[in-house]
Order: sequence, then C-alpha cells, then structure tokens
Amino acid sequence: MIPAAVGYVRADSAEAAVAALGEHGDEAKLLAGGQSLIPLMRLRLARPSVLVDMGRADDLRGISVDGDTVSIGALTSHSDLEHSSDLVAACPLLAHVASQVGDPAVRHRGTLGGSLAHADPASDLPAAVLALGGTLVATGPGGSREIAATDFFTGFLESALAADEVLTGVRVPVSTGGWSYQKFNRRAQDWAIVGVAVAEGGAGVGLVNMGSTPLRASAVEAAVAGGAGASDAAASAAEGTEPPSDNNADRAYREHLVRVLTERALVAAGA
Amino acid sequence: MTVTDTPFAGGIVGEARLRKEDPALLTGEAKFIDDLDLPGALWVACVRSPHAHARINSVDTSEALAVAGVVAAYSGEDLADTWVAPLPCAWPVTDDMKNPAHFPVAQGKANYAGDIVAVVVATSRYAAADGLEGVVVDYEPLEAVLTVEDAESDRVVIYEDLGTNVSYEWPLIPDPEGVDAAFEAAEHHITETYVHQRLIPAPMEPRGVAVVPAPHNGDMTLYSSTQIPHVLKVMAALTLGVPEQKLRVVAPSVGGGFGCKLNVYAEEILCMALAQRHGVPVRWTESRTEAAGSTIQGRAQRQTIELAADADGKLTAVRATLLADMGAYLQLVAPGVPLLGAFLYHGLYDVPLYSFTCKSVFTNLTPTDAYRGAGRPEATYAIERGMDALAVAVGVGADEIRSRNFIPTEKFPYDSPAGLVFDSGNYQPALDRAKELVGWDARMAEQAERRAAGSTTHLGLGISTYVEMCGLAPSRVLASLNYGAGGWESATVRVLPTCKVQVVTGATPHGQGHETCWSMIVADRLGVDPDDVEVLHSDTAISPLGMDTYGSRSLSVGGTAIWMATEKVVEKAATIAAHMLEANPEDLELTGGVFSVKGSPDAEVPLAGVAFAAFTAHDLPDGVEPNLQAQVTWDPPNFTFPFGAHIAVVEIDEVTGAVDLIDYAACDDCGNQINPMIVEGQVHGGIVQGVAQALWEEAVYDEDGQCRSANLADYLVPSAAECIEMKLDHTVTPSPTNPMGVKGIGEAGTIASTPAVMNAVVDALRPLGVTGMAMPASPMTVRRAIEAAGGGAS
Repeated sequence: MIPAAVGYVRADSAEAAVAALGEHGDEAKLLAGGQSLIPLMRLRLARPSVLVDMGRADDLRGISVDGDTVSIGALTSHSDLEHSSDLVAACPLLAHVASQVGDPAVRHRGTLGGSLAHADPASDLPAAVLALGGTLVATGPGGSREIAATDFFTGFLESALAADEVLTGVRVPVSTGGWSYQKFNRRAQDWAIVGVAVAEGGAGVGLVNMGSTPLRASAVEAAVAGGAGASDAAASAAEGTEPPSDNNADRAYREHLVRVLTERALVAAGA
Repeated sequence: MTVTDTPFAGGIVGEARLRKEDPALLTGEAKFIDDLDLPGALWVACVRSPHAHARINSVDTSEALAVAGVVAAYSGEDLADTWVAPLPCAWPVTDDMKNPAHFPVAQGKANYAGDIVAVVVATSRYAAADGLEGVVVDYEPLEAVLTVEDAESDRVVIYEDLGTNVSYEWPLIPDPEGVDAAFEAAEHHITETYVHQRLIPAPMEPRGVAVVPAPHNGDMTLYSSTQIPHVLKVMAALTLGVPEQKLRVVAPSVGGGFGCKLNVYAEEILCMALAQRHGVPVRWTESRTEAAGSTIQGRAQRQTIELAADADGKLTAVRATLLADMGAYLQLVAPGVPLLGAFLYHGLYDVPLYSFTCKSVFTNLTPTDAYRGAGRPEATYAIERGMDALAVAVGVGADEIRSRNFIPTEKFPYDSPAGLVFDSGNYQPALDRAKELVGWDARMAEQAERRAAGSTTHLGLGISTYVEMCGLAPSRVLASLNYGAGGWESATVRVLPTCKVQVVTGATPHGQGHETCWSMIVADRLGVDPDDVEVLHSDTAISPLGMDTYGSRSLSVGGTAIWMATEKVVEKAATIAAHMLEANPEDLELTGGVFSVKGSPDAEVPLAGVAFAAFTAHDLPDGVEPNLQAQVTWDPPNFTFPFGAHIAVVEIDEVTGAVDLIDYAACDDCGNQINPMIVEGQVHGGIVQGVAQALWEEAVYDEDGQCRSANLADYLVPSAAECIEMKLDHTVTPSPTNPMGVKGIGEAGTIASTPAVMNAVVDALRPLGVTGMAMPASPMTVRRAIEAAGGGAS
C-alpha cells in the first residue's frame, strides 16, 4: 500500500487544470477528492506521473437551481449534495443517493465530478445521474461542451472526456416526481452489490454494478412508458446487462437481484 | 452463590470506572510501532510469493539494488546461514507430529501466496517498496493444495520429505466401546457436519516490528506489535542464537490482537537478523493487504459432530471428528488450537460418554493459529448447532432441549467426560434471563403469526449456551498436552516511599484495560486512589517475568498474582504497623488506607506512614527488610469455566436472502467482576466479532490459492453501522479456583454469538425446508439455500 513516486501540481481553476493537463500529457491525473484514485495509487494499480490537484478550485463547488435545471459544480462533495436543502427540494433522488455513498469520511472528501469521471459501474451517483437524464459539462483547451450522461460512460473506468478535458459541472432537471434508490449491500459503507435508481415514477432507471459501465435500464423505462406495472416492467431489468461475478454475487444472483430491486424501486416511486 | 461472596471490601472493585488508558489513545498520544521515531532506521519490504505453491528457481536482486535508496536485497539462500533454528512451533501435540522447517525467508520452494522469498532493505519505506519491483524471481508453479479434503488425500504432498500432508492425529476417547454402544442404543442419532471458514483477524493496528541494536556489547531491543513480548524474547533468542540476557522486547501500545499477535513471526526474526547484519535500526510495518499473507488466520476446520440421545432427548454420548487446516506451516501454537476445544464438544451438557479426534493437515494457504476463542468457538458451534438439530428430531424447543441436558448445579465440581473438572456452574438461570431479556415468548408468538400469514420476511430465534475453559493454564496440564511452556503469571506490587504504588505485571495488554483493572484491585485493598497506582507492563526490561495475554487468562491468572502480591504487601505493612503501634499484627485491620487496632479506634497509623517507615528503615522490626514490595508468581490449579446464554433474533428476506440481525440478548457469568464497564465492552466486541463470522467475514481464495479478500473492502469486518443495541445482563457464580472468584470474559461473546446467529438463521428458514446453512450466511448463500430447498418467492 505504498504508492510509487508522483509529481504534484495545484490547479485552482478549470483553466489551470486544462493547462496542466496540456503540459503534462497522458501521464497526468486529476485529483479531486481522491477517494477512488488514491487507493488505486496505493495499490500501484494507478501510476500517474503527475497529480493535478483541483481540490482548491472553489469556483467548481456549489449547487444552484435555475428554473427547471439544477447546476452542480464538479467539486461539490457528496456531503454537500446530501445536506443541500435546495437539492433536497429540487432533486431529492440525487441528494439521497449522495447520502448512500461510502461512509461519512468518504462523503466529505469525495466529489460528484470525481465520481462521474471515474466512471466506476459500482458507484452510486452515475446511476442516479443516468436515471435523471443529466448532462455533463466538460472544459478543454477549446472551451466547454456538453455531454449527455447516456453518452458519457464509454467503458470500464472510461468516459467520453478527452485527455485534456476537465469535467467542470453537472446539470440535472428539477425532478420531484416519484423516485427511489434501492441499494443492496452487506455493510452500510460498501459499494452496491446491485443498485437501482428510479426517477420520475420510472421514466428514468439507472443500474449500479450490472455491467462494465453504469447502465440505463432502457427496457424497463420503455415498459413503464408503455403502461406496464412494476412487476412486469421489472422483469426486463437484467436485459442487456453483463453483470460481474465476485465474492458477494455471481451473475445469476445479480440478475435476480436487479429484477427484485427494480420492482421495489418502481413500487416505491409510485409506478 | 451471589455477589455477597466478593472478597473485595474497598468500594472500588465493582465500579464502572472509565479506563485510564483511554485519554492517551483517544488523543493520539499513545505510541504504536509505526509512531516510533528511529533516526537512521532502514526499512524492510518483503517480496512475497504470488503463487500458492512454486519452486523457486532463482532470485535476481540486481535491479532492486539499482533502485535509489535500496541498501541491500537478500534471497532465502543469502540468509540461510543466519538462522540457528527454524521459526518455532511451541506445541508439538504428539511425539510424531510432522513439522516442516519454516524459515523467515523461503528456500527452494514457496508454500503459500505470501511466503517471503526475498527481502529488500532501503533507507525509506517508499524506497523499499520501489525496490520490491526490481526483484526478479523465477518461479516454477506447482499444483496447490487448497482444501482440507484435498490435503488429507495426499494427492499432492506439499513436503515430500514428510511423505504426507497430515501433521498429526490427536484422539481423546476415554471409553471407545462405551461410546459405540451408546450410539447403537440411541433413540436419536444426530450427525451434522459444519465448516468454519478461514477468518482474517484484522486488528485495528496491523503488525509492525522495529529492532534497535545497541552500538556496543551486542544488546538489542525488539519492538513489536505483539501480545507476547515475554514468550517472544525466549523464542527469538532460540531462533537467532542471540543471548537472551542481551535481548529486550518491548510491546508499545498495541492496537488489538485477537490472537494473531500471539505468535513469533518471520518479520520479527528477520528484522533482528538484518539489524545485526547492518548495525542500524531496522523496521517493517505491515500493510492491510499484506496481512492476508503475512499474519495468521483463524478457524479453518471441518467438523462432524454426532449426538446420541434417548427418546426424551437426553444425551448419552457425543462424538466429534475434526479435520483442521494448519495452512502451509505450523505457527507458534497452531497444533494446539483444536485441543483447546477438544474438551468442550459436549458443551455444558451432562454427558457420560465422549469421543474427540482431530486430524490436522497442511495446505498451500496462509498458516492458521489462535484467533479469539481458539478452539472453543469451534467446539461451541458444533454442539450448539447440533443441539438445535436434536431438538427438531425430538420435537421439543431449542430452550427445552438444553434445559433437559444442562449439568445439574448440584453436580459441581463436575468431572467432565473429557477429563476436566468444571469448578463451578449454574446454567439454567442464565438461559432464563436471556429469554427474559429478548422477550422469548413474544418473539415466538410473532414468528408463529408471520408463518401463519405467509410472510416472506421470516423471523428466526437462535439460542447458544456455552461453557468455556479460561485462565490458561495450570502448567502441569499444559505439560500433559505437550505445550512448550508453563501457564503461570507474575506480579510485583511496590508501595513507594510517598505511598504511590507501582504494579508490574507479566500479562501484556493490547487493548483490554489491564492498567485500569489492576489499579482497581490494588487500590481496593490498600485504600489508595486508583490513579495513584501505576501499572507497568509490556517491556521485558521492566517486567522480566511473564506469560502474556491470551486465552482470557489475564485476570484469572495475572490478576490473581496481583491480588496475592498485594496481600503479601499488606501482611508486611501490618508487621511494620504493629511494631509502630506496639500491637500484634493479627489485631490490625487495613481500612481506607489506615491500619487500626481492632477494638482500639484511637490506635492507628496510615499506610503512608508505614510506607515511609519501610523506606527509611530507621526502626523496623527485627528480620524485616526495608521497603514495601512483594513479588508473586501464580500457577493456577485449574482452568476457570465461564458460561452463559445468548439469543439472537434475525429477520430474513426470502426474496433477496438478506439476513438482518434485529435483536440480541446475552446473560454471561464470568464470576466476580472488577470493572463491569470493561466486561460489557468485552462482551459487545466479542459478540460482534462472532456475528461477523456468521454473517460477513470469510477469507476467500480463488482456484489458484490467491486471497480475494485481502483488503477491508472485500473482507467484511462489520462497522458500527452493522451493530445493534445488545441486551446484556449477567449472573455471578464465583470461581473457587482463585481467591478473587474471577473467570475471564475476553472471548465469551465470540464463542457464543456465532452459533446463536446461525441457529436463528436456520430457525427462520425451517418452514421453507432449509435444514443447514454455510458460513458466512451471505445473501447469495441464503438465497441459494432457499432455492435448493425448493422454496423462495421471486
């Protein structure tokens, strides 16, 4: 658990981070809350040559609600999401899912942008942003662009971000319709064995740990849109998934769980 | 017996006093191994075999030596001449026990994933870790033996020179024909097989070692995060050939052990050897992931228990057959761990006939050894799960089957069928109280209602009643079990000239609260403030004699030595006080720190005056030496036998298989209590640790023998969020084996809770046709068991 030697630069703004990425190339890694990257470095599974520390880029922190859109800075911590009364009012699903990440220490350090950019299929927040139909904002040398959450997760721990781009913000629609997050794990602090996030009564359904990327359960969403009941809609929850096998669950058990949890989430969300 | 049997009159023993250890621990003042500031120390990093079983064709350290900061690198061959003897196993349980040579750095062959094959020595921990990547080892992987069944078959023999994977067979069958006859005549013959998965001890502080050689005359100080500095000193001297009188061993603050620091480890001997070789301090701190391959694991055995009973469910014979996994090598006391349970497979039940056999085998996995309870959790698990199976067969409740079989209170002291003498016991009241605490009748009614309503959320109740043997141990008994040392404990009590008190104990704490409890025992008797009593320990230069802390022995053996040394000090002080008061010592009493003459309230002298008089020695009675000090070494005449009853209540979601522990009650009897708050803490932690075996923890190995649970994300140690409020109470049946009437409580919770929870899990699912369950009862395991029984809503 001793990391290899690594260089370190601070970038206190998105522009500075983009510039640092340009300067140090592919071997640089952005450091936000460090809750995923640092453990990987300690195991020497990640060996960046330079860490670009964005921890003090305060402009990228905060939550604002404007009309029917919630805008969240990428460096906003899970704890801030969890405890924001604005977010609890405008998008209770996202606030609740943030409260289910790891333990309090993780939630105080970990950031929304960091979690999304890490693109871990076992993380909670990507599934919620998928279910909400969120949009991610990336800033690069040529300015900013928007990426739909559905297009963002491209592979295991891989995203649509270019090597010289920084995830700066997330936008989700105000969403106060029926919602639920069913997280199934063995200890409170653990990653979900399977998780299901449902927004707007089943219009959006995101799945945790059911494949190499965070997934949207399109078949379930279509069934709900077509008027199917929770049980019938949930029957297709494992469709198109390729869940992993590990100590806690093999593929068949995950497929069973995702159907059970989807039905429970849909019922809780009033579908 | 009742609490009025307490020998304590000072008003301090029995108080729930806050621990004097805690301010330093809670504020970060306490120094653990990794906190030691050792300028100029070299760091050691270990190259560990990634293969469970492999021939080592060559070790090339040249690239490592080129890494900045790397001072040296050694293969097993390079260090082969360093060792006077292999790493010690102090418990050759049979004369023909097979024991493969185990050196700190493997030579020729790696025998488990984690076996050290080379070491790197560098100027910093980081440089040492960088150096690891430069060591190139050419391995030739061999077929690995990963299960006890495969090991027993000798399909692959790990140690060719031994000719077999079986280390030893140890039978305890006082009357073989009688046992056979009892099973032939039995109305009920229960046969159950259980598997105790491997557990990773995971104390909060991993292990660490630092060795400081003195610049002259060969002195050496070994700092280690160990439970056993005294035992370690002897063993290290023998293994490395260091003169024992030159060696000092210090255990600084130790962040938990649970038995895994009751050992002599490769890294300890290795750091000593490297400190000698390099002439500077050498240190190593274990990482959490490394611990899966460097620190012993617990449990790891398959057990079959057979119960013979008459039509009423009264036991007539018990037969237990074990196949135990020693791992790749025999660590310090590993062969004896099954023996610590060997006498208890009939539990607290009155059984005339008894048979126990243990066969222990080598596998290509991390060595096993003592882990909280060591043998007794395994024994209790087998008999308590078995009793539930018997209750079902007889058609009576889990409570009733136990009550019918408890050793009657009037039979104590009880000659057990395994050859022990249970010194005391009174079992039914503990079970009654636990049932009361948990609301047994209401819970049973609730279970019946849910079943009638067809609920898919099942309620299960599980009882576990237990007796354990603590207070390791009478030295003569240890001799009969071939153990390589005694079971005594040493204490010194010293009243200083200013009437402050120093206590030296050979029992080495690693979180238990010895400083608090020992001060309370002494203060209660002397009538001084417990804060004026300083307890010195864990350093062989300060406390040269000791047998350390394990097996719930500290209070009943070490505490008794403290009590006796205090009595001797009081006796001497009384002689001096009598001289000062011109009275007879027999007429004096010590109350509230003042000696007075019975019947003459005006004739008195405070202990402080006596202490100062003993120091000045100006006017002592003839033949009395100056100073108030006494040393006692106590060798107990018997074990102690704590007991109790635990009840778990679980809820199981039939659809997901998730088990939720919703209620827990325990009534324990550890005899007289010194500090009830510390007792409760031990029970709380012990229960959670045992529940963890039932529900969460398992060292998982893949088909290549690689550990797939080598960090705390994958190895599920429960956190506070998984704990529930436990309902605790106790009965008090003082042990007649020691003058304080104490027994031991450090392991009771762990011993009792695992079967309580598993019995509850099986009880919950019985209507679905489930009759057994593997540990840990993970959601997937439970769901699969439900499906296999043909049930389970989806």
